[in-house]
Amino acid sequence: MTEQLALLPGYLTAHLQLTLLALFLSTAISLPLGIAATRVPWLEQPALAVAGVIQTIPSLALLAMMVPILAFLNLQSIGFLPAIVGLTLYGVLPVLRNTVTGIAGVDPALKEAACGVGMTPRQQLVRVELPLAMPVIVAGIRTATVWIVGIATLSTPVGATSLGNYIFSGLQTRNYSSVLVGCVAAAVLALVLDSLVRGIELGVQNRRRGHVAASLSLIVLLYVYSGITLAAPLFSEQDRPVVIGSKTFTEQYILSAMLSRWIEQESGRPTTLMQSLGSNVAFDALDAGDIDVYVDYSGTLWANEMGRGNVTAPRAEILSNVDRFLSEEHGVTLAAALGFENAYAIAVRKPDATRLGLTTISDLIPHASRLVLGGDYEFFARPEWIAVRDTYGLAFRELRTMDPTLMYQAAAQQDVDVISAFSSDGRIEAYDLLVLRDNLNAIPPYDAVVLASARLAKDEPEVLQALARLEGVIDTERMRAMNFSVDEAGENPDTVAAAFLSDLSLSSR
Amino acid sequence: MIQLEGLSKRYGNVVAVEDLTLTVGAGELLVLLGGSGSGKTTTLKMINRLIEPSSGLVRLDGTDTMSMPAHELRRRIGYAFQRVGLFPHLTVAENIAITPSLLGWSTDRVRQRVDALLELVELDLNMRDRRPNELSGGQQQRVGVARALAAGPSVMLLDEPFGALDPLTRQRLQESFRRIRQEIGLTAVFVTHDMTEALMLGDRIAVMNDGQLVQIGTPHTLLTAPADDYVNQMMRTPRRQAAIIDTLLANGTNLAS
Repeated sequence: MTEQLALLPGYLTAHLQLTLLALFLSTAISLPLGIAATRVPWLEQPALAVAGVIQTIPSLALLAMMVPILAFLNLQSIGFLPAIVGLTLYGVLPVLRNTVTGIAGVDPALKEAACGVGMTPRQQLVRVELPLAMPVIVAGIRTATVWIVGIATLSTPVGATSLGNYIFSGLQTRNYSSVLVGCVAAAVLALVLDSLVRGIELGVQNRRRGHVAASLSLIVLLYVYSGITLAAPLFSEQDRPVVIGSKTFTEQYILSAMLSRWIEQESGRPTTLMQSLGSNVAFDALDAGDIDVYVDYSGTLWANEMGRGNVTAPRAEILSNVDRFLSEEHGVTLAAALGFENAYAIAVRKPDATRLGLTTISDLIPHASRLVLGGDYEFFARPEWIAVRDTYGLAFRELRTMDPTLMYQAAAQQDVDVISAFSSDGRIEAYDLLVLRDNLNAIPPYDAVVLASARLAKDEPEVLQALARLEGVIDTERMRAMNFSVDEAGENPDTVAAAFLSDLSLSSR
Repeated sequence: MIQLEGLSKRYGNVVAVEDLTLTVGAGELLVLLGGSGSGKTTTLKMINRLIEPSSGLVRLDGTDTMSMPAHELRRRIGYAFQRVGLFPHLTVAENIAITPSLLGWSTDRVRQRVDALLELVELDLNMRDRRPNELSGGQQQRVGVARALAAGPSVMLLDEPFGALDPLTRQRLQESFRRIRQEIGLTAVFVTHDMTEALMLGDRIAVMNDGQLVQIGTPHTLLTAPADDYVNQMMRTPRRQAAIIDTLLANGTNLAS
């Protein structure tokens, strides 16, 4: 718990920066737009329709979509910008709708009176319509505040640090106290911001200057704090640290921590982590230079980036093809192959395997129609699954998508019968599962490889050399053991990474 | 002085007011009388351009009202209407002070003016800081009249201002209004469908029907020499009411013997 609380100032500050800026931008866009919509009759319907459509996009998808869109526009596609754009769009609807509703709801008698006493249209708006619509507009701003605080936790997968870092890494490494800290902190932040906005509203309504000033100055203070912390890195004299990315699973947290320690130890360069990136986001981020180093898998690159489907090429051949493709097409360097594979694997409960006589995937064919297959979020959309399905002609009773951390447990508890396991996962042993042999070679090899951005290769060859020294240092068994320590023994990924590196330096001496 | 010359308002093919010409003399109160849809309110609102005429023109003290921005025109004309329209987020004093503040009066001058107006409309000075929702209907309309008079307009327009009040309150306000008008010598146009109110307040009455002016004249003229059957029927209503009361007083029952 103390470990987690130590991260709170950083995460909370980042979360506050995202929330406050997005809230400001949403209000700055939708308030004038809402006012315009009540003045220009044809504008109202399209404006509300567009905002409504944006709202129906699931928030996680909306944020994730910003990555390719911003990349297409040649803007920073990973990190703060996509999160801000997504959150801002999300906050537009409540403020816009309430502005339109609030102004439209002003009693026509009062509009006539405002006109009749000799107000210009602008004076009618400022002196009568806006003050009377204010409670409704503020209600919209409060809704947006709470939504944005909540949804900002989903900025983590697009590379913006937030309280979501607690939640994503906590869920992946089964560290529920971390998840709890993230949720509670987000809830408290939402309540605090909401009551500050409410405080201003009540103060204005009851004409309590003191109350307005108190709430307003607190909000201004938060804005100033966020602004300063946001701007600080721009003015610092330091070099940009080496940015290390990670995807959203245990192995990636361990490896990113390991790379961070290794680079600092070997090259003396400072590093920073950008964790819990979506699977494809990580490569795009490296390609765009938003991150410098991360670990990916040859089979993933082969399928996702090179678009190759059903392959049965040997491990070494795939590795060299991927290496050539990355350097030729993207200028990305394959700095080292770590030595282990983390392949998709089809696993079943050992007792079932014994009872049904299963050792290979082919053995599943006659039983598949009675079995339920569990897969992670992307598995059923991936070429590997298509390849397995078509090569073996498998037709399961049901396909069920679930969080990869819950998959092993689900298999052990007989919620599902077969899972798409990861070959380096420590929980295969822990939950008494058996990996079935891919006897028809439908699944490509998945060598763990350290990738380095074009910028790093050009500007910091010493870091690249340090990374190259990691070639072949981790075998599958060791990786499984490390994953197990985090997933089941509850150790911290960084501790596990440190222990590995100290073993490594002892053995090399 | 207000002059309407050939004033018309059309909505598509529907004629709301047709070719209306009349003059309201300085210090005179003209009642526009008619049923629903007769065009009386439309006529009134064309004077302060809450409704823009389709054709014809309005002169205020000889000046064409189209020659100035609408909001400037309205600041020179008091306007009171049935739904009052006091701003609920402002106090009584702030409501009354609206037009003077739009005209940029000094705070001191505004405060004195508000006090004078509260006195004029017979409201207690401690009403200043109340909100409109704390007032009775009659008090609200008194504030409405005070607001209309705040900037010292030479002309006032009233659109059934006492229509929603109970009879006793309505009568008190009518009396107050008659006194105020005499005190400050106001030129006014007063829309109503209430015959008794028209006869009691109007210097002259203009009867409208179907967007047309049917007859204009003093209450006495209208009662004694109605121009047509429509006017005659309208004038019969107060007479019949008076007759019923007379019968009641004489016979102890409202059934004519």
